[in-house]
Amino acid sequence: MEHIRTTKVEQVKLLDRFSTSNKSLTGTLYLTATHLLFIDAHQKETWILHHHIASVEKLALTTSGCPLVIQCKNFRTVHFIVPRERDCHDIYNSLLQLSKQAKYEDLYAFSYNPKQNDAERLRGWELIDLAEEYKRMGVPNSNWQLSDANREYKICETYPRELYVPRIASKPIIVGSSKFRSKGRFPVLSYYHQSKEAAICRCSQPLSGFSARCLEDEHLLQAISKANPANRYMYVMDTRPRHRVQSWWATQKDIGRIIVRISSKIWNDEKIRESDEKKRLNAMANRAAGKGYENEDNYSNIRFQFVGIENIHVMRSSLQKLLEVNGTKGLSVNDFYSGLESSGWLRHIKAVMDAAIFLAKAIAAESASVLVHCSDGWDRTSQVCSLGSLLLDPYYRTIRGFMVLIEKDWISFGHKFSERCGHLDGDPKEVSPVFTQFLECVWHLTEQFPQAFEFNEAFLLQIHEHIHSCQFGNFIGNCQKEREELKLKEKTYSLWPFLLDDQKKYLNPLYSSQSQKSAVLEPNTVSFNFKFWRNMYHQFDRTLHPRQSVFNIIMNMNEQNKQLEKDIKDLESQIKQRKTKQTDGILSKELLNSVRPESPALKATLSLKEQALLPVNNVLRTIEGSSPAANRYSEYADEFSKAEPAVVSLEYGVARMTC
Amino acid sequence: MEFAELIKTPRVDNVVLHRPFYPAVEGTLCLTGHHLILSSRQDNTEELWLLHSNIDAIDKRFVGPLGTIIIKCKDFRIIQLDIPGMEECLNIASSIEALSTLDSITLMYPFFYRPMFEVIEDGWHSFLPEQEFELYSSAISEWRLSYVNKEFSVCPSYPPAVIVPKAIDDDALRKVATFRHGGRFPVLSYYHKKNGMVIMRSGQPLTGTNGRRCKEDEKLINATLRAGKRGYIIDTRPLNIAQQARAKGGGFEQEAHYPQWRRIHKSIDRYHILQESLIKLVESCNDQTQNMDRWLSKLEASNWLTHIKEILTTACLAAQCLDREGASILIHGTEGTDSTLQVTSLAQIILEPRSRTIRGFEALIEREWLQAGHPFQQRCAQSAYCNSKQKWESPVFLLFLDCVWQILRQFPCSFEFNENFLIMLFEHAYASQFGTFLGNNESERCKLKLQQKTMSLWSWVNRPSELSKFTNPLFEANNLVIWPSVAPQSLQLWEGKSCILCKPIIDSPGCCLDCLWVQEYVYTAVYIRYYLKIRRYITSFYCDKNTKFTNVILNCTQRWSSISRCCETVSRALLRVT
Repeated sequence: MEHIRTTKVEQVKLLDRFSTSNKSLTGTLYLTATHLLFIDAHQKETWILHHHIASVEKLALTTSGCPLVIQCKNFRTVHFIVPRERDCHDIYNSLLQLSKQAKYEDLYAFSYNPKQNDAERLRGWELIDLAEEYKRMGVPNSNWQLSDANREYKICETYPRELYVPRIASKPIIVGSSKFRSKGRFPVLSYYHQSKEAAICRCSQPLSGFSARCLEDEHLLQAISKANPANRYMYVMDTRPRHRVQSWWATQKDIGRIIVRISSKIWNDEKIRESDEKKRLNAMANRAAGKGYENEDNYSNIRFQFVGIENIHVMRSSLQKLLEVNGTKGLSVNDFYSGLESSGWLRHIKAVMDAAIFLAKAIAAESASVLVHCSDGWDRTSQVCSLGSLLLDPYYRTIRGFMVLIEKDWISFGHKFSERCGHLDGDPKEVSPVFTQFLECVWHLTEQFPQAFEFNEAFLLQIHEHIHSCQFGNFIGNCQKEREELKLKEKTYSLWPFLLDDQKKYLNPLYSSQSQKSAVLEPNTVSFNFKFWRNMYHQFDRTLHPRQSVFNIIMNMNEQNKQLEKDIKDLESQIKQRKTKQTDGILSKELLNSVRPESPALKATLSLKEQALLPVNNVLRTIEGSSPAANRYSEYADEFSKAEPAVVSLEYGVARMTC
Repeated sequence: MEFAELIKTPRVDNVVLHRPFYPAVEGTLCLTGHHLILSSRQDNTEELWLLHSNIDAIDKRFVGPLGTIIIKCKDFRIIQLDIPGMEECLNIASSIEALSTLDSITLMYPFFYRPMFEVIEDGWHSFLPEQEFELYSSAISEWRLSYVNKEFSVCPSYPPAVIVPKAIDDDALRKVATFRHGGRFPVLSYYHKKNGMVIMRSGQPLTGTNGRRCKEDEKLINATLRAGKRGYIIDTRPLNIAQQARAKGGGFEQEAHYPQWRRIHKSIDRYHILQESLIKLVESCNDQTQNMDRWLSKLEASNWLTHIKEILTTACLAAQCLDREGASILIHGTEGTDSTLQVTSLAQIILEPRSRTIRGFEALIEREWLQAGHPFQQRCAQSAYCNSKQKWESPVFLLFLDCVWQILRQFPCSFEFNENFLIMLFEHAYASQFGTFLGNNESERCKLKLQQKTMSLWSWVNRPSELSKFTNPLFEANNLVIWPSVAPQSLQLWEGKSCILCKPIIDSPGCCLDCLWVQEYVYTAVYIRYYLKIRRYITSFYCDKNTKFTNVILNCTQRWSSISRCCETVSRALLRVT
């Protein structure tokens, strides 16, 4: 609270982001310990969580006041005009302080209290159990086992305690391999495909640039390969673009120490030799310069695959460009598309998707195990592994399964949420929309396979909201070890139970679980299937959205159907009752009379039910054409008059001026 | 028969048909006067029937004795035929070429087509101007139906009956016609019942360089304004183009002579600019490239969405003038047969709930496109694959349909029809067995005696069995003005149309979303509700023995059975899809 100097400013204007005619709403701005709140004259509230604020900017003073532009991590942009510069300055300073906390303990999650007792909170945290998830996949089994090597975080600090490795890989091999891999992130199991007996494994890049080869690492890879009896070769996917790998290593000093081995070893696999001859020559040439990927000659039966996903810095500036283009007032179609192109955002999304598709195909079509890595194995590797599993396993396309997927491939394997989302005041170069890209890839899949997912777009948007909100403990910290040290399970709440409670909102009405059984998704990656995700990047710009949503209507209808079915059952049981009473009534007139007084009461209950149904009815559609349709749109009409398509009014204004 | 001369080889065996995303089919190729037919002559296999008039361009290729013909259709499909035998291939190719470019309209398929269905309602008489006028007549005391153009002598591109201000007599109309391009004097296009304001359309005024004026024209236009009211003239051309038009005898209304009107210039492109845009768009869609940047830059370079945005913006502006400003408007470009019609018809979609129903939309097409003299024959002669650059081809109508689709996407519950309806109209505008889109205007259609000799598209569409395919199950009549967003982020590429080649996407359930899957939900709801109603009556019967019970229950069961029939068709359709 010590940062808040002014708690309330009146007569603040909220400008329409896309209106060129400076249309605005006037209202009061409140500053609380956790939120910035704007209430306009119509009592409409706009809440902005301090943690969501990405940047605050104070523009030059104008005649109407001091402009304050706030950009949020959930892509909301608000433009206030505060009448007095002093107030603006106070709010600006407060927000700067409040949006960038120095300590984890100051984050919202540590003060957020949803009025649950300790037992409920604990149950919330136990909702997702990864051991249970590995059991579901079918591990441990004869080929894979739980390793206790990292039980005390001794081998790798950024990995979870429980790791699954091939049964034949002994502890010395694991330890040896971890020394050869960046940050000790040696190859471990991420997903096991039960029917194909193939596995997705993940790790970080090898440090082959320094020591050229590591027998233990080669053994571990052999072990992974052997753990798959269905196929004798495996893939190693380096998710980085080849030129990046080169430049990274070029900066290393000890290139001169590297012994270049151009082996004359004959490749076992004739087929690879033919198809990959050129690649092989290329790789040899590259290795001559000392590159950081596995020396192919040292790893037999391994096929190497590069997929070009760019690094976090490229992704960050790409998103920055995208947002700049979108924020332009009076944007023309051509500027929009050339901006979209030059930002490269969709190209990056496609690269991630292509990599995941390659992974899924290797497992589904070739039953080959795949080892995925990038540099540190927590950004691109997480994207590719999780998306690949999502393509392969229908379970991850359910609401609960998706939570498990995020817990497994992102949270437990140490995606650095706090650094990537900028939860604390830290290095801005560590911030990158890696997880946002993953969500966008999933959204693209939901667009192509509308029946395959149990959840809808709102679910993805809500998760995106909360990775930045710091309201729940799940995404705080950078790895499991850090989370344990922060005692998150005791001090904060888990997001998942809250999402499950609101499940209704996130259900996809078109989902069909039957048709999806064991179905591998094979998305089409022709360029025009990749579209700009308007509902993500313009979530809060209502004027850009479709005015009617088919999704909501079907969802309501679905709800209503359930209610109606229940009513039928009620009525049927009533009829049965009546019938028995009636037969009795024939016997005794008095009894019939005694039925009569009941009828108005019954009618009343019926009409009550009818009324209860009616509001839903109005929201939905008029079946018999009886209800006034206007009701539904009165608020729309209101909104139209306020929020006219900005461009139209612009054109109109211009046109009038030229008259 | 003339066709026999053109068909040198009527039949070739062992032809292989390749279509993108379909397995190849081997079968017998037959050429008839109007169709290219490929049949594998096996049961349960679909035959390909392609109208010659749907063929936009063909390419030939030879590899040894095997010839390949690539047929590019006006509806953007591309199919490939492998024909054994050089001579057969050449013959087929030359026959297709000749048959797809017949000069005489009377040789077109609609003149030979005999419908296999029972005509319930003759579409030629479905939308008569008199009936359309009657819809307005209750509200209109200032307008009348004029038959001044009965013999097409005043304006060759207008229909015989037009709506004009009551205060203006036919003689004055004749004079105004000489002052307007193509004789297209200002006529009523739309009457906004809410405030009595109107949209009129016309051709450009022929002011020329010396600023000619016409008293009757000024009188006519002013007659539409109420006392003290102002109006807007929307010129769909930019100011400099309008000024250049004066050198050719055209021009625009001078403020001095029309003091109550304000002129607004917009820039909607026409003719070859649109045609080139379409060619580029389809080319980029056909490029199955994996390269994201190339796709985006090609999409941008095609300018297609820019045209969409420009047209929609102008239509919104017109609607805004009418509904918000309470001002009447006159819209014209040069001839008043292309961009003018796009704007007037889209403004009506935005303003008028009736035009968002199937019947209302058909009436709109009939009134604002066919009767209003949009030269379909010229504009739709060629599509995206034509190489010959003729001046008259232009996807004006397609752009209009695309704009409607954009609004439909933003208001998915406000339209009685669905995307398929728009695609169907697009296909029939370019190649059809029906006579509706033949000819360039009413005068030509009369001379061709289309009403007697051909079948109307509406006769076919308006049968219940066809209508069910085009009905939007989520439709809920909405009496409000619908304002679409025209921001680039809100406009989308219409895949159903543009990417007809990418079959897998269209077949993916995503495209059923607006249709079958939704229907299932809707009909379950309706079904259950009627069931509930019957149950309720039964309950009340047991409660107090209503005497009218039998009637009610009868009525109810009848409706119920019709609903359950609907359910059956839906579930059958669902089965087909899955």
